Amino acid sequence: MMNNTRRGVLAAVAAGTLAFTAAACGGDEAPAAAPSAGGSAAPAEKIELTLNTFGGGENFAYDDAVAQWNAAHPNIQVKYVNLTDRFEDTYLPQVLQWLEAGSGAGDIIGMDEGAMGLMAARPQYFADLGQYGLDSRKADFPAYKWDTGVNTEGKLFALGTDIGGMAMCYRTDLFEKAGLPTNRDEVSKLWPTWNDYLEVGKKFKAKVPDAGFVDGANTVYESVLAQEAGKNGGQIYFDKSQQLIVDKNPGVKAAFDYVQSLSTAGLTAKLRSWSEEWNTAMQKGGFATMGCPSWMLGVISGTSGEGNAKKWDVAAVPGGSGNWGGSWLMVPAQSKHPKEAAEVLNFLTGKEGQVAAFKEGGNFPSSIPAQQDPAVAEAKNAYFNDAPSGPIFAASVAQLSPVFFGEKHAQVKAAVGEVLVGADQGSVKWDEAWTRFVEEGVKAAG
Amino acid sequence: MSLSVDAGSRTRTVPPGPRRHARPPGGRRFWSWLDLRATPYLFVSPYFILFAIFGIFPLIFTAWVSLHDWQLAGDKTFIGLENYTELLADDKFWNSVLNTVGIFLIATVPQLVLALLLANALNKKLRGRLVLRLSVLAPLITSVVAVAVVFTQLYGRDYGIVNWVLGWFGVDPIHWQNQKWSSWIAIATMVDWRWTGYNAIIYLAAMQTIPKDLYEAAAIDGASPRRQFWGITVPLLKPTIIFTVIVSTIGGFTLFAEPVMFGAGLMTGGTTGQFQTVAMFIVKEGFRDFQYGYAAAAAWILFLLIMITALINFAIVRGIGRSR
Repeated sequence: MMNNTRRGVLAAVAAGTLAFTAAACGGDEAPAAAPSAGGSAAPAEKIELTLNTFGGGENFAYDDAVAQWNAAHPNIQVKYVNLTDRFEDTYLPQVLQWLEAGSGAGDIIGMDEGAMGLMAARPQYFADLGQYGLDSRKADFPAYKWDTGVNTEGKLFALGTDIGGMAMCYRTDLFEKAGLPTNRDEVSKLWPTWNDYLEVGKKFKAKVPDAGFVDGANTVYESVLAQEAGKNGGQIYFDKSQQLIVDKNPGVKAAFDYVQSLSTAGLTAKLRSWSEEWNTAMQKGGFATMGCPSWMLGVISGTSGEGNAKKWDVAAVPGGSGNWGGSWLMVPAQSKHPKEAAEVLNFLTGKEGQVAAFKEGGNFPSSIPAQQDPAVAEAKNAYFNDAPSGPIFAASVAQLSPVFFGEKHAQVKAAVGEVLVGADQGSVKWDEAWTRFVEEGVKAAG
Repeated sequence: MSLSVDAGSRTRTVPPGPRRHARPPGGRRFWSWLDLRATPYLFVSPYFILFAIFGIFPLIFTAWVSLHDWQLAGDKTFIGLENYTELLADDKFWNSVLNTVGIFLIATVPQLVLALLLANALNKKLRGRLVLRLSVLAPLITSVVAVAVVFTQLYGRDYGIVNWVLGWFGVDPIHWQNQKWSSWIAIATMVDWRWTGYNAIIYLAAMQTIPKDLYEAAAIDGASPRRQFWGITVPLLKPTIIFTVIVSTIGGFTLFAEPVMFGAGLMTGGTTGQFQTVAMFIVKEGFRDFQYGYAAAAAWILFLLIMITALINFAIVRGIGRSR
């Protein structure tokens, strides 16, 4: 017994020393010898990496891309897990808990733009992607997509996946019923501005009183806000010194006022985005139009189902350009295989990965080479009457202005969004809505 | 090794009776002490060890967190009782307390009364009694979330069956989530649907222990069935009623899944917090705004509220039947 114990201790010490030496060597030599030694040594043992994402419908649309990677890399298998369709109140808190706990977050995580400010202010939780040579990707991305992935210590911690862009999705069957044109080019000409859009809505409602012209307060608000934010120096709820400007930003007020005018004209279906009723209305034709960033195409096709194929189409958004959403991928510092995870991240955010995600879910690539790929540039979306989704979103993204996200952007967005939904649905009076909107924003920024 | 040798020799050599009180030598004394005194504690210890890990520790840790400005994945600063003073002045917190108490009252009072009447009916000689008794328990085996999802669809504004039926009587579609009263009723029906049968079965089991001769004697004295119910059944059920009231109080004050599902899965409980319960308030503060300290303080106040309410209910229920 005694003998055994002593031998065990010796063995443990020996193993520890070896491991330490190995780690020390690795640490010293890795940067110089990375391409040859690291590349061939890594897959010696089979490892599994977990990729955690969020989103409804097709979400990140990585089924094909991950299958491609797994087929080509038998020793680095990726497990793709879409955790939930809710970002702000489910996915983000879960990820933060994992980061704080030091385990559970997986090897690669997806992150919505709304929380990028929060993540950039927590550099300790993420691997420095520059260390794995991903700095070289800078030329592949629009400046704002790249800049948002650089944290407060100036290190690259995230690379862009899809980009929102903005279009207007509409139901051709309801437009026909209202005597409006159904061809997407003619529909785009109906609403060069948001005021025209309001007028079309009134015409629609006069003919089809049963259906809403637009789903609810959320999507139009986000669409208008994205355009107005671009006009106001790329700021939304916070200025660049993290001061709350919800009451001072004219862009926020303009978007609020526009939603009020739509709602008081009775044009909304008074639905809350992402609710069961919203999903049902999407299937049953409860509303005719919806502000549609590129990723929303996947949400619509996933939610409405095959029965509604060809009933939806995509036109240009009033006011020209815009952006809502878009995501990034990052490697948590807690990952046991950060180097391999960075390789997978590089693949998924690269041309092949983004083109595959576009084909699968219509998620518009933020990578410029991927945008130029014929598969994207000449793409048509069969579900949406063969709409040329590639050119439509490319046009809206071409004039995209960068937007700054404060550390508490997600909380403020959720809090003020509730007020808009409440005012639209009638539980908050429009007279008191703006005061409440600002109050809730101030409370959420805490 | 030594244990089995000792035990073996004792069983072989020590005869029962006369030498029972003789002190066994050193080592043996320890084992016999362990056998007689410590074993019972060892047998019950798994529960207490688990309770310490999953009950006491979180309780104390939550108290510790509540004294901090504790941001999830962020700064943690000791601030004493500041979270509590802030919480007691927070309208939103008191709104959630009001909602919780309101839903508790309109759910629990009818539920227990109904359960009592149901149990009394099931205690009678009925045809197919077993089937009836089992069927009142059926809702309990369905999942809370399934119940909430189905009820939320029934109460849907645009495509819900409740509004459709009300429409026959010329009632305009009600947006059930929009008003306090309508959302409270909707949630209370979910709670009652699931728990009435459970309480009825508990009452029924207790009723069957009441001796039949009490009722026979009362009947001979000319007491009506109603008089028998209030004069015999209810007073003898009092310990059971106290139990169900306390369990319902705890359940009602920690109400969570039903209102969450009813409100599209959000923790806000409606656009202006029409049906946000305290449990939802805690989750919202902790896991959506990432203010762990504030959420922990709210959790402790909820704990105190449950204690106080349970004691009040205990006092009220103990008085039942006393005047009769």
